[in-house]
Amino acid sequence: MTPTLASAERTLRFGYALTVLGLLAVSAVYVLAICFTPVEVRQGAAQKIFYVHAPSAWGALVAFALVGISSILYLWLHDTRLDLFAASSAEVGIAYSLVMLTTGPIWGKTVWGTWWTWDARLTLTLFLFFLFVGYLALRAALHDRGERARFSAVVGIMGLLLVPFIHLSVYLFRTLHPQPILLKPSSPSLPPEMLRTLMVGMAAFTLLYVGFVTVRYAMAQLADLSEGDADAV
Amino acid sequence: MGEAIRLALAVAAKDIRLELRSRTALLSAVVFAALVLVVFNFARDPTAISAMDLAPSVLWVTFAFGAVVALNRAFTVERENAALDGMLLAPLPRSALYLGKLLANLAFVFVVEAVTLPLFVLFFNVSLGHALPGILGVTVLATIGFVAVGTIFSAMVVRTRFAELMLPVLLLPFMVPPLVGAVQCTARLLAGRPLSEMLGWLRLLTLYDIVFVTLCTLAFPAVVDE
Repeated sequence: MTPTLASAERTLRFGYALTVLGLLAVSAVYVLAICFTPVEVRQGAAQKIFYVHAPSAWGALVAFALVGISSILYLWLHDTRLDLFAASSAEVGIAYSLVMLTTGPIWGKTVWGTWWTWDARLTLTLFLFFLFVGYLALRAALHDRGERARFSAVVGIMGLLLVPFIHLSVYLFRTLHPQPILLKPSSPSLPPEMLRTLMVGMAAFTLLYVGFVTVRYAMAQLADLSEGDADAV
Repeated sequence: MGEAIRLALAVAAKDIRLELRSRTALLSAVVFAALVLVVFNFARDPTAISAMDLAPSVLWVTFAFGAVVALNRAFTVERENAALDGMLLAPLPRSALYLGKLLANLAFVFVVEAVTLPLFVLFFNVSLGHALPGILGVTVLATIGFVAVGTIFSAMVVRTRFAELMLPVLLLPFMVPPLVGAVQCTARLLAGRPLSEMLGWLRLLTLYDIVFVTLCTLAFPAVVDE
């Protein structure tokens, strides 16, 4: 199905609506984290950044996984929508990675006493960022649409496979990052109020991700349509 | 299978013959690697850090940079006069074309490494001694992995305007697991540690080679076929 101008514009409006909702939800997270969540005993106020840091890290990981998955599907189905979606997801992923990589050191300096450490999870997320940059740089440097889609799909798939290797190779060093407190076999070891704020944060950042990607996707469709018009003339 | 290997060897032989006739790229890559070693020597304060502490990382960073320079060449030779189109028209499976390119690149990078290693021993006053067979083995294991990835990337970046810049940006993240493994193994080999201390790293290097040679062979048609 080729997108029409009307359908792309509809998607764009829908994306804007979602983005506004997402931004409102993120402001709610700030209010919730600052006013309605207890201060952590040992880390103090610095711990509040966690409610932005963890959800943005989550968003970046989701974005990255979706780039990989839609790359696999693209090479299989050759549907340009998958390529546009992967590109949109990578762009939003880069923004989320940047949020994660700036909030992390701010917290780290207060609690660990160092801005950066070559811990397994930090290194991994840094490389997610580098892979997003490489992916988008390659896209920007290619002009043929089919070629751009095929090449970036290959890079997306290879990136997906690289991540476990990076994790494995850095994991052999001692790790400093707090261990998972949510996704672990026993029940989450977070007080209910903090858990609630974190879950709201996760939901808000996911909503914002969907909003951003929808807007970006619709814009890519519109750009494609106008390029098509230019080709026709 | 035998036919595919024969074709791959033919592609590799073509590339190697081509390189031996001009020698420009190979010589520049070797000189570049030697220069990196020299720069490293001046970047270190010999009174503060002993050569031995720095040696494994210096060796592998030099290998990595040398390999990136060498890999840039792989598909630029095919771009001129649209030589790649000719290769694609030939009755040649894409996997054989990829494996042939991979073999040629491996030969090329191994030559760069073979020249760098004695220079490294000379400049950094490291005695390899009994560690030499181990280091050669680790070098082969690590090089296969990142050259496999570099070969497919060099086929892509050659289509862009800033190929020489684009290749390191894409390739260096993929070089990290093999490089970390190789540096760790080299350090232990130089210190005369037992094999059991390297087993985890050697497994990682082997797994990386298997995964990425397979993946790149499968993904290569998507890079060259319209």
